[in-house]
Parts: sequence; C-alpha cells; structure tokens
Amino acid sequence: MQLLLQRIFDGVSDGAVYASIAVALVLIFKATTLINFAQGEMAMFGAFFAYIFAVQSGILDFLGNQYLIIWVAAIIAMVLSAGVGITIERTLTRPFDPEDHLPVVLITLGLFLGINAIAGIIWNYQARVMPAMFPNGSDDKVVIFGARLFYDTIGTIVTLGVVLYILFIILNKTKMGLAFRAVSANVESARLVGVRTGRVLSFGWALASAFGALGAVIVAPRITLQPSMMAAIVIYAFAAAAVGGLDSVGGAAIGGMIVGLTKSLGNGYLGSWHFGLEHPPLEFLPATPLLIPVLILLAVLWFKPSGLFGTKRIERV
Amino acid sequence: MSNQVLSCENVTASYGAIQALHGVNLEVNEGEIVVVLGANGAGKTTTLRAICNMVATEGTVMLNGSDISKADTADIVNAGVAHVPQGRGTFAALTVLENLEVGAYTRTDDEVQSDIEMWFEKYPVLGERRTQAAGSLSGGEQQMLAVARAAMSRPTMMLLDEPSLGLAPLIIEDLFQTFAQLNKEQGTSMLLVEQNANLALEIADRGYLLETGEITGSGSAEELRNDPAVQAAYLGA
Repeated sequence: MQLLLQRIFDGVSDGAVYASIAVALVLIFKATTLINFAQGEMAMFGAFFAYIFAVQSGILDFLGNQYLIIWVAAIIAMVLSAGVGITIERTLTRPFDPEDHLPVVLITLGLFLGINAIAGIIWNYQARVMPAMFPNGSDDKVVIFGARLFYDTIGTIVTLGVVLYILFIILNKTKMGLAFRAVSANVESARLVGVRTGRVLSFGWALASAFGALGAVIVAPRITLQPSMMAAIVIYAFAAAAVGGLDSVGGAAIGGMIVGLTKSLGNGYLGSWHFGLEHPPLEFLPATPLLIPVLILLAVLWFKPSGLFGTKRIERV
Repeated sequence: MSNQVLSCENVTASYGAIQALHGVNLEVNEGEIVVVLGANGAGKTTTLRAICNMVATEGTVMLNGSDISKADTADIVNAGVAHVPQGRGTFAALTVLENLEVGAYTRTDDEVQSDIEMWFEKYPVLGERRTQAAGSLSGGEQQMLAVARAAMSRPTMMLLDEPSLGLAPLIIEDLFQTFAQLNKEQGTSMLLVEQNANLALEIADRGYLLETGEITGSGSAEELRNDPAVQAAYLGA
C-alpha cells in the first residue's frame, strides 16, 4: 500500500511535467496540424531565460524571497518564450504553404538540433542547479500511509491545474480563443469570416511556447538545467499527446498523467523483472520502464488511433 | 444608374499552370441578386474565390468603389463581403452557437446575441442543436447554418456558391426564400452561382452565363429564362 501510493505520487509528479509539454505540442498541432519537434528544446531555452533572471544576472535579487524570485523569473521566461514562438512562426514557418507539411516538419526538426546547439554554445553542456519553484527539501512533504508526498509534487499539480484552467478560459471564453478554434477546425472558413489566420497562428505558437517553458522551469530543479535536459521528457510528452488525442488539450494533460503513472508503476513493479533470466543483461534493466509507455502508445494507436480524447476526423458533407 | 457594389473587370485566375478564368467581367448593383449559371468546371467557384482573393488572380475587383483585388481575404470580409463556400464550410468541431458567434467575428456592436436568436427562431432546428458540434448536423442543416453564419457578419455583399448542391428540393426552396428575404429586408446584394437555374432565376434580377472561364452571355432573369440556348442548357426544356 505504502509502495503503491509512493509510486502513484512519483508518477503524478512526472506526469504533470509530461502533460505541460504535451499540452504545448497539442496547441501547435491544433493550430497547424503539425508536430513541433522543437517543442522540448524551446522549453529548455525558456528554462535558461528563467535561470538568467533568477540566478545568473541577479537582477531580481531585490525581491528577497527565493521563491518569489524564481516565480517572477518563470513568468518573464514565459513571456520571452512566447516572443521566441511568435518569431519562429512568422519567420520560419509562415512563408511555407500550410497545406504542405513536409517543409515545416523539417524546419521544426532543424530547430530541434539548432536550438540545442545554440544553447550549448551559449551555456555549454555543464549541468546547472536551478532554484526550485516549491520547497523541495527532504522534509518538505506530507506523509500519507507512510508514502511521502512532496510539496514539490503538490505544487506542480496545482500549477498545472491553474494554468490548464487559464488556458481553458482563453480558448473557450475569449474572441481570440474562438478564432483559434475556428482556424483549428477549418482554416479556409476562418479566413472567410474575417479571421486573420496569421495572427491566430502566432497566438498559438506564443501560448504553446509559454506553456512549454513553464514545464521546463518546473522540471529543471529535479533533473538539473542543461541543453539536453528535455531529450528524455519530450519522448514521453509525444506519447502523452498521442495517447490523449493530438487535438485535445485536456486529453494531453490526462495522457501525461497516464504516461507518468505507467512509467512509475512499471518501473516499480517490473524494474526487477528479469525476463526469466538468472543473470539478465544489465542494459535490459533501465529499458523496462521505458517499454511501458511505448506499449500503451502502441495499444492506443492500434485500438483508438485518434487517441482517448481526440476528434475523429469523420464529417458529414 | 444604380450604385455598383461589386464589379470584376477582366479577372483571370489560375491554379498553378492551369488558367481557370480568362477575363471575367461582371457587376452587381446595390440590392440586386445576380446569378452566374454554368456547368461543372466552367469556373463558377473560381469566380467567387477570385473575388475573395483566395486564388491567384489578375484584373480588377472593385467593392463599393475601392479596389480589393490585392487585399487580404480577412480585409475583404471586413469590408462587407460574406462568402458561403461550396460544401458549406461550417466549422465541424465547433458548436452551432459558436459557428454563429465566429460568423460575427468582424462585428463590434452589441446586437450579435439578438441576431443569433433571430436565426434560431428562423431555423428552430439550429436552436435545438445550439450546443451540438456542427459536424453532426445533416447536409441541409449545415447549409442553413452556413447561410446564417455568413449573414451574421451583416454583409453588404453575399457570395453564394451552389447552395442547392446535394439538398432535398423542399430545403432548397426554403433556402432560396431565405436569400430573397435577406435581400429584401436587409438590402443584401447577392452573387449566386448555381446549376439549379430554375430556382436561381426565380429570385434573381439578372444573370450571366459562364462557360469555360469566360462570360458568354448576360441579361435579365426574364430574358435568360426565355432564351432558347439557356433553356436547352440549364432549364431542361
């Protein structure tokens, strides 16, 4: 019981981070029907923005409180990341025909490599300690049936919940949100009701970049800050987005939780699974937990290709 | 001479290397319903798309005295053009209500809600399904929604692309009455492209004949209806 709870808490904590990157992927997918392969690297860049403001420059030291400093830095990083997102959309993707996916997909792949390399040149590949957004000492926890629930986990979940709620309001209650969903549903018809689709795409990239940056700032204290920090996370985020249905924001959040939980539970219960071998090759062991989300992804794509919460592309005409 | 709302002068359009329009000239005056008759592939849809600058075009398109041939589609809509595309073009993933709200995207006045209620009164089936996804509506209901959505922008000029396509005769008749009513009550000028010449000529003031990307004839609705060539080609006489 204690072990199970512990694994659930760990899974939810990781899942929240996968969810934030998955939501960013979904936002861009909804706007462009494209997967942005550079999402993780853009988020990493955002985490470095926060690091610059919170630690390196010391500009925010006047705020005094360490949590206040990192939160303000995170918000600045989200705004700057949104700017980067808009810039990428306007300069690198807009010149291409939106109907032709290949060029833009290649551009996001190029960005994935390019952003990583630029970050390496600027900040090198040495791991840095990122200040935490929530108290994360070994005593900052509540114990439930013997399982440790860290404040960091609670804070991450609450933050994700609040930001998802804000996102929901933006998408469902504002004119820009309505325009965004209209473009997502039918670009040509959106133009025919007077929506400036370019602006809406910029808006989608801005929102996704800000959201992704927040996820990276939250996860950086756990895994240290360095240019390749998102490599493992973004794989799980892709799985989370696909499980939830690529065009469903709520689905991506739930998909993130599913992937985080299965990874944690799989790791816990199958990590000692030896494939029936007395002396399993060592390299098998870390691969076992990785296998679980991939199997789930496979199962979802096999039985429900549009994801658990995605829209089926069937329309009456 | 009455006020000209829309005119096309020598408009050509092409999809890549294929030229679909070879210099189309037509005009719509204030309060008029003008029909463009033509067979499949004559360039009817392309003519409407050229007006909204959704296809590569040359030539001049004038709207209320200003040149819109190089304007952005969104600006053209802002200037008072509403386009009901072929195949309805409703937002399948949005609800019926959201479709109407987004139809009023260019408006800033506070009568949007009452306009929506008016359409729900006119088409109660839309009102009953206001929270359903538009994609779940039948073809006829979607066409009603498409017309209502276009009208939500309170256009001065409506472009209707084969609204009768694939619909039951009763629904078509009802739709055309709606067009006539919008035209009469709100003074909306209309450019209607159709293969269903009978009904179109009933509500139209004038008409043009479009063949392989060129205007080959024109006249009042009455003249066209009595033209033996038109009767043979479009009226099944």
